[in-house]
Amino acid sequence: MTGRMTRPVLAACLTVLVLLALVPLLESNYLIDLFNEIMIYALFALSLNVIIGYSGNVSFGHAAYFAIGGYTMAILLTTYEWPLLPAFAAAVAFSFACSAVVAYFCTRLTDIYFAMLTLAFSMLVWGVAFKWRLMTGGDDGFVGVDVPAFIAERVPFYYFSLVVIATAVAVLWVICHSAFGRALLAVRENPVRAGFVGINTRLMRWWAFVVAGTFAGIAGALFAMVHRGMYTESAFWPESATVLIMTLLGGMYSFFGPAIGAASLFLLERLTNEYTEYWPLVLGTILLAILMFLPEGLAGLAQAVRRQILRGR
Amino acid sequence: MLKIEGLFKQFGGFVAIDDVSFELLEGEKHAIIGPNGAGKTTFFNLVTGHLLPDRGSVAFQGEDITGRPPHRIVKLGLARSFQRINIYPRMSVFENVQVALIARERQELRFFRLAAGLCGPETNELLELVGLDEEADELAGELAYGKQKQLELAIALAENPRVLLLDEPTAGMSPSETEEAIRLIREIADARGLTLLFTEHDMTVVFGIADRITVLHHGEIIASGAPEAVRSDPVVRQVYLGEEEAANGAA
Repeated sequence: MTGRMTRPVLAACLTVLVLLALVPLLESNYLIDLFNEIMIYALFALSLNVIIGYSGNVSFGHAAYFAIGGYTMAILLTTYEWPLLPAFAAAVAFSFACSAVVAYFCTRLTDIYFAMLTLAFSMLVWGVAFKWRLMTGGDDGFVGVDVPAFIAERVPFYYFSLVVIATAVAVLWVICHSAFGRALLAVRENPVRAGFVGINTRLMRWWAFVVAGTFAGIAGALFAMVHRGMYTESAFWPESATVLIMTLLGGMYSFFGPAIGAASLFLLERLTNEYTEYWPLVLGTILLAILMFLPEGLAGLAQAVRRQILRGR
Repeated sequence: MLKIEGLFKQFGGFVAIDDVSFELLEGEKHAIIGPNGAGKTTFFNLVTGHLLPDRGSVAFQGEDITGRPPHRIVKLGLARSFQRINIYPRMSVFENVQVALIARERQELRFFRLAAGLCGPETNELLELVGLDEEADELAGELAYGKQKQLELAIALAENPRVLLLDEPTAGMSPSETEEAIRLIREIADARGLTLLFTEHDMTVVFGIADRITVLHHGEIIASGAPEAVRSDPVVRQVYLGEEEAANGAA
């Protein structure tokens, strides 16, 4: 999370990108869908980490902005028959606007009060999705999203998704490593001191929230398209918890940690389901293990191992 | 430079600062001393915007700054360091200072300007000034105590202040570290033409740096003037130095 993108990190990113681009060559619909889902959740978790890892606040309601992006996309594409680009832009803009308003209230508070308020707002969003049947389909979900023909097939959509997500992650990386990102870290580390060097800490936390909400909206919009639908579950609090677990599992003190967490959690879930139906039990154990033994997640573990090796030389 | 009038602050029923009026002149090195609990830190917190006074006003270079938040006061050129270590522990030493420069240059909302190398030369200059250039890449939280105090000073200096408030700059330091710190502070203040206001416990530090001393006792100013005058002031001797001697005697 310090400094510039080092050569090994850049190399690793390019390798992952190439490998992801090669996935459709395996000609497995199962794998294409799985990796598309992983990419979407990786972006979702990375966006959440702007609030958690970079600004030092825990959000229990990040699913709200994912759902707002998703429902907006679904409704504009299908009900109002908007073309792809304007619909996408509007979905992102609406996520931006909603998180801007919510952030105004949430950033007045810190710690548990902040977390609870994010949860409350997300339940509000869920309530709207659940009750506004005419627009959102209510608890039946919004079924049958019209995806433009040129990306309607599985493989073209996968590449569309890959390009959008890779771009979004790159932009997010720059934001997190910018002057803004550096100042945000100072706010996380020591808000009092940050104030005394001239940083408006509340404004910084507001921006962190808005950046996070906007990128979650992008992930949500893609989710609505890949599933050809949007469901109230995506706005419900367990969804916020899932993405929070991904972030913690991967490691909140590393930029790419949450993406690693998203991939690990998905693969682990699929793998576990091959052998047993007790996934929640496994999930609980994993969560316990992270909190007790790996407070910095998998990325933190990797860094510790690397330091050990370097020290041993 | 800094003009404080009728400052008053109480916590619950406890009066921490009782109607204090005070003026800091340009270029002076002014110490505020007083026994534990005299209100020194509270006084600093009121001046720098960390706490709101119940009554009274604070003016900086003729501008009323009472009740303004710290991040706005600091931009006017009034910086401070803290008695207890107040740094960014999980960031590198370099980044600790760099962030202050980013804030000073109002770059903190530049989303697409990479931070790596930003304000690099000046950051390194400041680190060199306080003798931390070799520790630039270490995590600030892993530094030795004395070095963290130096880092604290570098952060405050990065704001390029005209007035620097130091809250017990040598608290917790060993005698040799203290000596080094005094030398450094005096040097920097002279080189940069800083106006200095500091609280201190250690009388060698006070008489080593200050050219004016104000004594605070139970939230009130009981004496103010040149070091020699304050040292020989009977009320001060009784209230402050007397307590010190008594404490030394007991120890």
